[in-house]
Amino acid sequence: MSLFLQAKFLFGLSNSGEIMRRYFVVNGFDGALTMLGLIVGFLFTAPDDLTVVINVCLAAAIALGMSGLSSAYVSESAERQHALSSLEDAMVRDLQDSAHGKAARWTPFLVALVNGLAPLLISLLILSPLWFSNTGVCLPLPALICAIIIAMLLIFLLGVFLGNVAGISWLRSGIETLLLAAATATLIYLFTGP
Amino acid sequence: MVSIKRVVLDVLKPHEPNVLELSAAIAELGEDYWVRLTVVELDKNTETLQLEVAGKDLDFPLIESTLKEMGASLHSIDEVEAQNVSISESQ
Repeated sequence: MSLFLQAKFLFGLSNSGEIMRRYFVVNGFDGALTMLGLIVGFLFTAPDDLTVVINVCLAAAIALGMSGLSSAYVSESAERQHALSSLEDAMVRDLQDSAHGKAARWTPFLVALVNGLAPLLISLLILSPLWFSNTGVCLPLPALICAIIIAMLLIFLLGVFLGNVAGISWLRSGIETLLLAAATATLIYLFTGP
Repeated sequence: MVSIKRVVLDVLKPHEPNVLELSAAIAELGEDYWVRLTVVELDKNTETLQLEVAGKDLDFPLIESTLKEMGASLHSIDEVEAQNVSISESQ
């Protein structure tokens, strides 16, 4: 069996494709909304130094990434070991050296990687206009506004992705997630706005 | 030289991998391998199978290790057909 087929086989065995897709959306959405919230908050306080905004947002992005990585690894490892033990009881044999054992060992790594990287990468994309602006690149709009636009766009794309998964209208699903982001920004405005 | 031509095995396996994947994995072991797989019993977590494999010269240890790799257990060897190739050639 080729490496690709083996990986596909292990993915199918552990049903990890579906779990990774769910984690990607859930934690990606977390990352995008957290960055949106921070940036909207900074927009109302109008900081003089963009470096402060970048450092705060980057620290939050790294914390989200580490939280996603560790929480998914710990919970998936426990779940996989429990499922493997149940299967071993049913089979009345040790399955550590079988494909099931390999899947139980590798799946938590892959799921944790997706769960950790999704919010981190999405946050870095949202922060990119701030970096560009800080390094002297001329942007058509203020850097914080550009970051908010990118956050909204990524949240819309996550909705489109969910719409495709569910087999419903991608536009409707995208607009729904966009409305959630708008509601978040409104709440932040109500509590922290001028 | 004695060759194993056909075996019928009693196998217990988890639901995953499914019977198509398991029979394809066994058939892949040899160019002329022929596989017939029958589900005898279906439980909550496991399936009992009757696995029949035929070929010119079956590599039984390889079949057994593939079953083990796919999480299955070989319960018993129910039928075997073996042939002394030198005798058949002289005939």
